[in-house]
Amino acid sequence: MSIYVDRNTRVLVQGITGSAGSFHTEQMLEYGTRVVAGVTPNRGGTKFQGTVPIFHTIGAAVEETGANAAVIFVPPPFAADAIIEATEAGLPLVIAITEGIPVLDMVRVRRYLADRPQTRLVGPNCPGLITPGQCKIGIMPGHIHRPGRIGVVSRSGTLTYEAVKQLTDLGLGQSSAVGIGGDPVHGTDFIDVLREFEADDETEAVIMIGEIGGTEEERGAAFVRDHMTKPVVGFIAGRTAPPGKRMGHAGAVVSGGSGTAEAKIAAMREAGINVVEGPHLLGRAMKEALERRSRHRPAAAGKRASTQAPARKGAASRNAAPSQRGGKSARKAAKRERD
Amino acid sequence: MKIHEYQAKDILRKFGVAVPRGYLAVTPLEAEGAARQLGGGICAVKAQIHAGGRGKGGGVRLARSPEEARQHAEAMLGMMLRTPQTGPEGQEVRKVYIEEGCRIARELYLGMTLDREVGRLAVMASTEGGVDIEEVAAKHPEKILREWVDPLTGLMPFQARRLAFGLGLTGESVTQFVRFATGLYNAYVATDASLAEINPLVITVGGEVLALDAKMNFDDNALYRHPDIAAMRDPDEEDPKETQAKEYDLQYIALDGDIGCMVNGAGLAMATMDVIKLSGGRPANFLDVGGGADEDKVTAAFKIILSDPQVRAVLVNIFGGIMKCDVIANGILAAAKQVGISIPLVVRLEGTNVALGKEILAHSELDIIPADDLGDAARKVVAAARAA
Repeated sequence: MSIYVDRNTRVLVQGITGSAGSFHTEQMLEYGTRVVAGVTPNRGGTKFQGTVPIFHTIGAAVEETGANAAVIFVPPPFAADAIIEATEAGLPLVIAITEGIPVLDMVRVRRYLADRPQTRLVGPNCPGLITPGQCKIGIMPGHIHRPGRIGVVSRSGTLTYEAVKQLTDLGLGQSSAVGIGGDPVHGTDFIDVLREFEADDETEAVIMIGEIGGTEEERGAAFVRDHMTKPVVGFIAGRTAPPGKRMGHAGAVVSGGSGTAEAKIAAMREAGINVVEGPHLLGRAMKEALERRSRHRPAAAGKRASTQAPARKGAASRNAAPSQRGGKSARKAAKRERD
Repeated sequence: MKIHEYQAKDILRKFGVAVPRGYLAVTPLEAEGAARQLGGGICAVKAQIHAGGRGKGGGVRLARSPEEARQHAEAMLGMMLRTPQTGPEGQEVRKVYIEEGCRIARELYLGMTLDREVGRLAVMASTEGGVDIEEVAAKHPEKILREWVDPLTGLMPFQARRLAFGLGLTGESVTQFVRFATGLYNAYVATDASLAEINPLVITVGGEVLALDAKMNFDDNALYRHPDIAAMRDPDEEDPKETQAKEYDLQYIALDGDIGCMVNGAGLAMATMDVIKLSGGRPANFLDVGGGADEDKVTAAFKIILSDPQVRAVLVNIFGGIMKCDVIANGILAAAKQVGISIPLVVRLEGTNVALGKEILAHSELDIIPADDLGDAARKVVAAARAA
């Protein structure tokens, strides 16, 4: 399954002829993402690298190509317009990479989206999202990812890469990795993604990376406490950030005693999340969490038809016919579903 | 971006917000002249610095005559004003604002800012004006009234009336308050503000509603469409290193430690500072070189970091991502050579071609300490700073 995107996602790139848009479209195509259309006003009728058709408007692009996800690379002054145009065209998924959109523009965008629940906005100011081996939408380096069973959700770009790289190096692949972005007003939040990961059969555990500012991590933690059965390992950046100073991201600022790293870490620990002291410890903590889980809950691990090596071994030694309980056949079925 | 009180009041006047008359002065003589122009009666002499809490540090004084206004200005101009928000060294007073006095019946609070949780502007009002509103919020949250603004409609009169009645206003003051709050909201939206705060908002003995103080901050991301606001920037109030960093599109925040940091990505940069602290060191700065950490940017970043005399060692932490580590390594070497680094430099690279990148660093004539992961890098740079 994975979340939000898979190999069938048909991607449209807004701002495909700009420098960031064209560079990352190339990277996405190279990764195997089905980029079916580009949109740049006044460049309609041409083709990107001779293959991807370009349109003047999103409406026309969707009609012609059946695109079902848009990724936005247009500069900040035009980004709100781009998000609303994509929503108006009925796209179910809109991913805004653009950094530096005025806050009041996003206030209006969010108000507009509130009446249009059929469209999910991810970002802005985010690296995008990826389902490894199937679909990469955004600016993350594809090669550090591996298909697998760990979900990753994060407010920060390079910190996400840091976590993914560690997982991959430890042999732990990812089901999907979602960057929700560092702006104070944005679309998809921690709860949205955590809910998807909890419901996703192919996600076994989750890494959640937050930072100072706002209260979204606290709300995410409450969701984990009340609704999640899968292990969550977390990290919060910005313990040493002084109050009142904006740490790069427009959303990363401690103000009026709220948004502190301490409050977030406390809420996450209280929810049973294993919060590590530094991002370099995320991979190892996840590995340990999975090992503990397969030791303490062997039956549950077996039932989950885990593709995790230790769990599978455990199930095989106890069960004469592991294939009946899932294992390989379940994976094959899941694969058929994906294809 | 922050501006001064007098600038905020100039903006608010244009939007029909009632503010007392006042003039800016940069010399004692000008202050005296300003007081005369205001009628020669009671006036306030107010130091213009960006930090709040000026009253507590002696930055706001009442004068009964133009002569007294001159004397106060004489004492204030050039002084290092210390307030709870300036830090121990204080901030130099370069300008004073001379404002006509008024007879205060009540001091209230009115503020506007983004409520991130709902993604809308929140208008806050309180009967506890003239004091630190964050303290009120912590101790008496029930004393803060709130209205959330639907961007589709803007602040509606009924919402402003609800606040006015909640504050206990009556009669003509209610009408004036509604006009005041509406003007403040219009100013906020028209200028892409990020904070507008009137503390205190006063009701005069005659029932007039007036902004005695005014604070406005603006969304840096929206300054491109407000050249008039951008022109109000006062470089005297900013850290010169932070100003320089902005020119190179680097995000830099000065801190008080001795380990310089250069990182790509805001989250990773914060995390790097955290791990340095965890390892027993103190970061000298936050610095995000952004996604494309090329030679020019890295050179500029090194210059800014090294211009801080407290820095005893530098940690470079770059996650290459799509940029290749060998390219970044060559950029770091070229930049380090150009700048002439004489203190320990710890470099941690990760991403594409990391082995090649490390090899380039190892074979350079520069004395670079390579590190494998962030924990290793932090330990090494803390040890290097201690030894230096």
